[in-house]
Amino acid sequence: MKGRTLVRHVREGFKNLGRNGWMSFASISAVTIMLIVVGAFLLLVMNINHFIQTVEEDVEVRVYVDLTATEEEQKELAEELKQIDYVESITYLSKDEGLDQLIDSLGEENREVFESLREENPLNDAFILHAEEPQLTKQVATSAENLSHVERVNYGKDVVEQLFTVTNVLRTVGIVLILGLTFTAMFLISNTIKLTIVARQKEIQIMKLVGATNGFIRWPFFVEGFLLGVLGAIIPIAIIIGGYQYLYANFMNQLSIDFAELLPVFPLTLQVSALLIGIGALVGVWGSLMSVRKFLKV
Amino acid sequence: MMIMIEMRNVSKTYANGVPALHSIDVVIEKGEFVYIVGPSGAGKSTFIKMIYREERPTEGSVFIQGSDIGKLKEKQIPYLRRKIGVIFQDFKLLPKLSVFENVAFALEVIEEPRDVIRQRVMEVLDIVHLKSKARFLPDELSGGEQQRVSIARAIVNDPHVVIADEPTGNLDPETAWEIMDILEDINRRGTTILMATHNQSIVNTIKKRVIAIESGRIVRDEWRGGYGYER
Repeated sequence: MKGRTLVRHVREGFKNLGRNGWMSFASISAVTIMLIVVGAFLLLVMNINHFIQTVEEDVEVRVYVDLTATEEEQKELAEELKQIDYVESITYLSKDEGLDQLIDSLGEENREVFESLREENPLNDAFILHAEEPQLTKQVATSAENLSHVERVNYGKDVVEQLFTVTNVLRTVGIVLILGLTFTAMFLISNTIKLTIVARQKEIQIMKLVGATNGFIRWPFFVEGFLLGVLGAIIPIAIIIGGYQYLYANFMNQLSIDFAELLPVFPLTLQVSALLIGIGALVGVWGSLMSVRKFLKV
Repeated sequence: MMIMIEMRNVSKTYANGVPALHSIDVVIEKGEFVYIVGPSGAGKSTFIKMIYREERPTEGSVFIQGSDIGKLKEKQIPYLRRKIGVIFQDFKLLPKLSVFENVAFALEVIEEPRDVIRQRVMEVLDIVHLKSKARFLPDELSGGEQQRVSIARAIVNDPHVVIADEPTGNLDPETAWEIMDILEDINRRGTTILMATHNQSIVNTIKKRVIAIESGRIVRDEWRGGYGYER
């Protein structure tokens, strides 16, 4: 294809937007509305995902050291624990620190009872491990169990497994929602675009009669579809960035529960915006090419 | 003389079983002006559509300048159509494009440079006497003027053949004569013209070769013939 032909196609694509003013407006509106919904859901799902991650990262493995182990043997064990696959970090918690934590967590009434334990601390020294991926916690725990001088390993087996079941379900639901919404959006948008092109069947027929190749006919529609999609993404992007910023500023002040943190405005909203432009352009192009295809056989 | 269009034993039956043409044999030479006459539904339109390959024969072959167009692949059809200009009863102009743009369209399709397009479009608008209305939209023109625009579009890329399917069908008698003047003019410049028509007085006055089709068969093929049907 010659360069000036490409220029012609781009120019025609722009002109067609104007020539079919109301139809273009209808298509762009369809894109806009669907992208607002998709964008809002993307933000929601990404925040839920972030929340899940935060919760999951709190999962840890406690490795209690055998009471009989000497200091040398404890150091050896620490080295061995570091060698385990997928261990990200390792922290030492002596039995005195452990007792402090325990007493703190039990509250004032029982303080005195437990203070007496300080004389004869019944707890073990412990190592706290974090796995690289929360889902790998179980594997890390199993490996730790097999080392010598380990009395027992605790990672809240039942709770953790239930937690992961819940988080996995939440993730799947999120992905299904986004995919379902995106497909619905694609269907609705391409249908609207199809209506605008059916109205131009005559134009395509004439192009074919004067000897236009199918490629030549498709190009301006490609450009037009692309423009419809990208133009349709402008308002959703403005709403996503503005709205999320507002939400972030107000929501974060009211709720200072640390595990319910919203993702920061940037780069999240920029990523979502890029995705919306991408979806818009893709759907626009796809919708318009699919519709033209039907009329090319003359 | 060079053979422009040749049909050998061409038959056409539509997919729904309706027969349209029966063993048509015809030779049209370069530079001829041919009327295709006959009652409605006789097969005139099918005959014409066969030439620019909107329809394919079920039997036999159609040759344009010696090449069998039934054997063309889908991809090659546009290049066949660039050699043939088509004019319709309903003009088939794009309502949102100006006169100039409607005509330029046929040249943009074959990727001519813009200055060539400009020059050539103004030339043909001159031939059809519409130079002064280049910027008008089709809706702003009379029926005769619109048909002249469609003629300009059909001849702008110098086709070898111009096919006109009842070009005067929607026009009043006076305007119809205007259109005929232009078609004759184009024919004198060497372009082969095939015109399907119901217009008795035109056929009887401007004497040309007449091919009469009835029930899918050629029943008459005369040089300087008359319309031959009473209405």
